[in-house]
Amino acid sequence: METALAMPDLGPALAEIILAVGAMALLMLGVFRGDGSSRAVSIGSIALLIVAAFAVISQPDERVLTFGGAFVMDGFAIVMKCLVLAGSAIAIVMAQSFMARENIDRFEFPVLILLATLGMIMMVSANGLIALYMGLELQSLALYVVASFHRDNTRSTEAGLKYFVLGALASGMLLYGSSLIYGFSGTTNFDVLAGVIAMNGMSTGLIFGLVFLMAGLAFKISAVPFHMWTPDVYEGAPTPVTAFFAAAPKIAAMALFLRVMYGGFADAVFQWQQVVVFISIASMVLGAFAAIGQTNIKRLMAYSSIGHMGFALVGLAAGTPEGVKGVVIYLTIYLIMNAGVFCCILAMRHKEGPVEEISDLAGLSQNQPMLAAVFAMLMFSLAGIPPLAGFFAKFYVFLAAINAGLYALAIIGVLASVVGAFYYLRVVKIIYFDDPAPAFAGPMGSEIRAVLAVSALFTLLFILYPTPVLKMAEGAANSLVPTVEAAEAPAAAAESAH
Amino acid sequence: MAELWTTYGFPLFIIVGQSLGVLVGLLLFTAYILYADRKIFAAVQMRRGPNVVGPWGLLQSFADLTKFLFKEAIIPSSANKGIYLLAPVITATLALSAWAVIPFDDGWVVADINVGLLYVLAFSSLGVYGIIMGGWASNSKYPFMGALRSAAQMVSYEVSLGFIVVCVLMTAGSMNLSDIVRAQDTGAGMFGWYWLIHFPAFVIFFISAIAETNRPPFDLPEAESELVAGYATEYSSTPFLLFFLGEFVAINLMAAMVTILFLGGWLPPFDWGPLHAVPGIIWFVLKVCFVFFLFAMVRAYVPRYRYDQLMRLGWKVFLPLSLGWVVVTAGVLVAFDLAP
Amino acid sequence: MIVATIAFYIFAGVAIAAGFMVIAARNPVHSVLFLILAFFNAAGLFVLMGAEFLAMILIIVYVGAVAVLFLFVVMMLDIDFAELREGFLQYMPIGALIGLIVLLELLLVAGTWTLAPEVASLAASPIPPMADVTNAEAIGQVMYTQYVYFFQAAGMVLLVAMIGAIVLTLRKKPDAQRQSIPDQVARTAETAVELKKVEPGQGL
Repeated sequence: METALAMPDLGPALAEIILAVGAMALLMLGVFRGDGSSRAVSIGSIALLIVAAFAVISQPDERVLTFGGAFVMDGFAIVMKCLVLAGSAIAIVMAQSFMARENIDRFEFPVLILLATLGMIMMVSANGLIALYMGLELQSLALYVVASFHRDNTRSTEAGLKYFVLGALASGMLLYGSSLIYGFSGTTNFDVLAGVIAMNGMSTGLIFGLVFLMAGLAFKISAVPFHMWTPDVYEGAPTPVTAFFAAAPKIAAMALFLRVMYGGFADAVFQWQQVVVFISIASMVLGAFAAIGQTNIKRLMAYSSIGHMGFALVGLAAGTPEGVKGVVIYLTIYLIMNAGVFCCILAMRHKEGPVEEISDLAGLSQNQPMLAAVFAMLMFSLAGIPPLAGFFAKFYVFLAAINAGLYALAIIGVLASVVGAFYYLRVVKIIYFDDPAPAFAGPMGSEIRAVLAVSALFTLLFILYPTPVLKMAEGAANSLVPTVEAAEAPAAAAESAH
Repeated sequence: MAELWTTYGFPLFIIVGQSLGVLVGLLLFTAYILYADRKIFAAVQMRRGPNVVGPWGLLQSFADLTKFLFKEAIIPSSANKGIYLLAPVITATLALSAWAVIPFDDGWVVADINVGLLYVLAFSSLGVYGIIMGGWASNSKYPFMGALRSAAQMVSYEVSLGFIVVCVLMTAGSMNLSDIVRAQDTGAGMFGWYWLIHFPAFVIFFISAIAETNRPPFDLPEAESELVAGYATEYSSTPFLLFFLGEFVAINLMAAMVTILFLGGWLPPFDWGPLHAVPGIIWFVLKVCFVFFLFAMVRAYVPRYRYDQLMRLGWKVFLPLSLGWVVVTAGVLVAFDLAP
Repeated sequence: MIVATIAFYIFAGVAIAAGFMVIAARNPVHSVLFLILAFFNAAGLFVLMGAEFLAMILIIVYVGAVAVLFLFVVMMLDIDFAELREGFLQYMPIGALIGLIVLLELLLVAGTWTLAPEVASLAASPIPPMADVTNAEAIGQVMYTQYVYFFQAAGMVLLVAMIGAIVLTLRKKPDAQRQSIPDQVARTAETAVELKKVEPGQGL
């Protein structure tokens, strides 16, 4: 048949193929070895994630399209995929001992995390609406299941169900938006879409499509006003799963957000900027104020993550390469701080089981001074107090916003972070100055200690040697937002796509 | 007006005529298939079977028909009346409409559509609706359990039926049933038909067809020793007749599908001149009768399955086997460049 | 063409009416049955457009399998719909408002429908002429080549759904009796039957 196409170039999708095949192999291993194999499958999964990370790093820096233009691999994708893979690996490391203690260490857990990760890196590389939706749905379905992984626990089941129902609603909005975009531009490919917008401008239909698409994406990064699921899901899901939710999926969804805005809608900055500014401000403010009344540490972290996503969106709202750079730096630092904080939360455990109330932290400074110090330091960093890493994260996004002329946004952001500092400092105050509560049981696992140590050292020492992170972010930003002379490239790519 | 007649009226007239022809032929055939079923069952058990009405009992089915028609139709007081009456009508209608695409001879088909195979698959998969609607609407325990069993069973076996159909259509290169029969006309007579090259698929299809039509040994939905009469417990008179009719028409349909997919449809068994002189429809009917004979023998010989065994057979044995056969078929077709 | 037009309006009208009845019917089983009717009419519309392959797949997959399971579940649920509707009036204004907004948007969108002529040429894969290939063939030509990525991704999504269903619902019952077919088949007269000499009057 003369229409039969040649085999598509599989090279750029090497990491995805490795993850998919590896996850299926580990699934078979688990099924045939039975229930006792969860540890082996976990170790295998971490190894697989590392191999996939090498496969990502080995990719060339320039922009490569494959699968008929639906899949893109560039410097930005490399950085974001590495972050996502790191986030997933940390989550699996943190989960093993917790799951074993709770008697839910089934081999499906690492496999589901792997498949969710596969969805995430597919999202990062999505260069079209169908690829976007496929990746997103693969990720979300796996996350719904891991949220209710503790199936005999009502709150965990409720978390999964709530996440599923609201997630399905968000997917519906996203699809509705996608269909409008397809209907009004005649394409699902971002490069072609950018060409269409450059030629014809934004029609009303495209704007509506864009808004619905952004609503769906905002749900996935839990930005206000699509944040309602976050506290309940974070509270109900098993703690390592919450740690995972707070990191990797957010990074992937944010990467996708950047990809859509700077890829397909690069010429419609004016239209999406207002929306992004709005959800950014709303997230920052709500994250700061709603967290104040929380008594559960996981709910607190949920509102904290809503606020942090708001700050990251400040960089996106800038609409400049500098803004993208800010977002990438923000996400990197957030990922590492977050891992540390959740290691501390995992240590909150009495003999009868894990505890989650903030008041249980009282007296930690006397019982476990070292842990208390690290916890406090991470809280300072989350609050954005110099000279810790969290400060620089905020610094770069606000700088980008100011350079883009978004003064109001930057000022509101700074004010919100001042309010936010209050509840982070309250945790520190409880740790150091409240009447001691019963001490936590048992030593932390060595793997959790290792993650915590890396996180703490990074947060503390970022100021001394920030160059690698800055360089990496700069490279990613430049590859996502082409400079003026490279602006012809998307059009050329669109030509070659069909 | 005359134009309207030539473009729409006349073809419509033809289609109605053909459909009526098929319908009458099919119902007569079904009447005697029913008789044959009882005779074979009786013969295996060394009984005589129906032998009173007409010579050798040949008119037995018509006597039954009259009996069903003139009995009182009883509707249970707590039944959902609309759905209760709709269910048997749906069963019978769906079973009859699937025959529209069955080619009885070269060119003898009411609707020669490209996706005939899918059409048959679609309508046979819809057969389950009559059963679950009837079972639910009866508002009674045994019918409901029969309906649930039937839904699970038919969905399970449809999967392997679908995969085997994929094997056949890959080999034939078409989803048109007439083309599938023509593709089996290789000059090797009955050894060119697909039952030989697809033998494992043929066996799986045959067994799945029995399960799909709720025939013994897979008649769990109406197992009299457990569920009285399953979904049909509350039915009587004409509604029951329609269920019964729909069931047997569906069984004939499955026999016809086995004939078309694996036994060369209207083709004579040997590629020899005088055999070609016999009209194709004779061969077709003979083959359908042969397949039905096998169905009847299975019913007479094999004891009923237990429900978990039935599910195990469907999901753990037939599904992997048929999926494997799809892979093997596709692999061979590609490797030796045989794909049509 | 008159017949095709009439058929279109019949299918479309019944589909919309059935869709309305899905949400309006009091009995959930009736809702599912109306949903099936809507699917059927959608399949009819596909046939009118010459997409008979899609029509049949729609019936086999949605009507033949998915809706059966819907019906299966709905029949076994014991829902008191009067109770569910209690809060209905309370949420009615918000619901109506959202509905109105979406309707306005749709009108706005439909009113400004402009598809630039050059856009059509940008569409990634033009449909081959219907006279040349059947539509099953046309789908087959791009499904495993141009769209292989989406095809595989959809496969992964289904795999996750399957794993999820098993993880969340499968419970191992340690004291359940299971049948082992290989063991049964491997039994022979020697392993199954034991001959004992019984003295008369002694018993076993």
